[in-house]
Amino acid sequence: MRKRVTSVLLGAASVVVFLFSVFPVYWMVNTSLQPNNEIRGSVPNFVPQTLTTANYETVLFEPARAQFLPALGNSLLVTVSTVVIALVFAFLASLAVTRYRFKSRKTFIFAILIIQMIPAEAMIVSTYRVLDGWNLLNTIAGLTLVYVATVLPFTIWTLRGFVNGVPVELEESAMIDGCSRTGAFWRITFPLLAPGLVATGVFGFIQAWNEFLLALVVNSRPEMMTLPVWLRTFQVATGTTNWAAIMAGSTLMAIPVIVFFLLVQGRMTSGLVSGAVKG
Amino acid sequence: MTSTLLVREHESGGVQELPPDEPRRSRPRGRFTPLLLLVPACLILIAIIGWPLVQLFVMSFQEFGRAQVFGMPAPFVGFENYQRVLGDPQFWAVLGRSILFCLANVVTAMTLGTLIALLMNRVNRFFKVLVSVGLLLAWAMPALTATIVWGWMFDTQYGVVNYLLEAVSGQDFTNHSWLIDPFSFFVVATIIVTWGAVPFVAFTIYAGLTQVPGEVLEASQLDGAGAWQRFRLIVFPYLRSIFVVVIILQVIWDLRVFTQIFALQGIGGIKEQTSTLGVYIYQTSIGGGDYGTGGAIAVIMVLLMVAISVFYVRRSLKEEEQ
Repeated sequence: MRKRVTSVLLGAASVVVFLFSVFPVYWMVNTSLQPNNEIRGSVPNFVPQTLTTANYETVLFEPARAQFLPALGNSLLVTVSTVVIALVFAFLASLAVTRYRFKSRKTFIFAILIIQMIPAEAMIVSTYRVLDGWNLLNTIAGLTLVYVATVLPFTIWTLRGFVNGVPVELEESAMIDGCSRTGAFWRITFPLLAPGLVATGVFGFIQAWNEFLLALVVNSRPEMMTLPVWLRTFQVATGTTNWAAIMAGSTLMAIPVIVFFLLVQGRMTSGLVSGAVKG
Repeated sequence: MTSTLLVREHESGGVQELPPDEPRRSRPRGRFTPLLLLVPACLILIAIIGWPLVQLFVMSFQEFGRAQVFGMPAPFVGFENYQRVLGDPQFWAVLGRSILFCLANVVTAMTLGTLIALLMNRVNRFFKVLVSVGLLLAWAMPALTATIVWGWMFDTQYGVVNYLLEAVSGQDFTNHSWLIDPFSFFVVATIIVTWGAVPFVAFTIYAGLTQVPGEVLEASQLDGAGAWQRFRLIVFPYLRSIFVVVIILQVIWDLRVFTQIFALQGIGGIKEQTSTLGVYIYQTSIGGGDYGTGGAIAVIMVLLMVAISVFYVRRSLKEEEQ
């Protein structure tokens, strides 16, 4: 009997955790689908009374606020370039640190881990000045460079783990069969690394997509804004007068991240478990 | 942009069983090949992280204002910027606030995360999936959108939180402003940050829990150990190193919190009374145009973060080298 009570209580606790976790996401979508005047009642609608896509149209097409589409374009350009460049550079670097033993290897890994810990908050001004010196402020190239450097340490560190998982013996036997070392990396290791590259790339994508502070400082001109900067500007400009449209904008920005995140989470949780075995 | 960053790193730190140094037979001939492979990565890191870091350091010893941005020479002023910062009660207030906020968030996230992990370990498959789906959704939400959504939920006039609180407690929450009072501003900020941080904590600790051998727990239960004793004497020692890593990461993330505080200030809230370290640097430099002083604060922050993370870095290095 006591066991029964406990399991009911635990089930109830699970439901509470679920509701608390999901509610903000639900509330964002719920608000975004209602006309702005209906979310301003004395009793909030927990389910939309009138379904509308008007808020999304406002965000996407209303001329005064039409920064969304350019911002989306900027975000896509910067994010995709960042991921591609970072993956290539990180692949090369991770080969170096896993397949070779050399003097400065430890120093490099140490530097990578330390760089991870340098907060972007501290770097904004000097990054701004350095980019300014190279005439790269308010450019796609400038922001991409900054993001590549930001995601690179983590990309190298993660790929390093995946490359370690590909047995050296495979490369060696390919080389015995007459493959060059470069050929072995390219034909054997690279394809086997595909899942690792995808997972790492997706995480780089999410980071670059969500990055807010550096984009705010470096690409401040309206036509060069990325989505997070746009969303924040839109929210401040709209104030509290049109929460429905703000929620529509938030939804549009969050959806790609949520989808990508759910796609790779299996890899991540299994990784977390094996990470924990060693503890 | 950090919350996913170190997740992978932490995880991949232990994913592969690294072969020991010796049996690694493959010793390629080209001595310069590995260095060549590192060139692209090193170039970009030096250009975008290293060089600005040097600039930041230099700038923190200069008088550097708006005029200098437009080309005026920047005179060296020695430690003047540091003296100004360290003598400024505002800085100490910000630092103290940041540390308090960080501690509050770490404690809350660790407690809730551990409880949820224990919960997931106890319930049946259905509830486990339910909890996981919820946590994943919260984890996936970008910090900025999360902050804006919570800001709307805590809205003074039409926020759902005020409505629910009034409905549940029967007290009057009509037009109750959450962000104007600094303390309740930080309560809201803590809810937002914790909401985003708990999934990582819960999943990591849950993963560790699944490694605790069931027989040991059963044996101790037969010997009469209560739930709290089992956690303290058996589960916790098993998970100690996981706890240490997770706590360090939480401290690092919460100490440098920017997006949530900055965005929440944009929704409502008094900047002077609610800024944390990162936001303060932004306000001093970008807002106030005093780049020298901002630089000094930034150097202090970098040193602080690196000092805290040394333990974590050494741990990861050890894992890499074993």
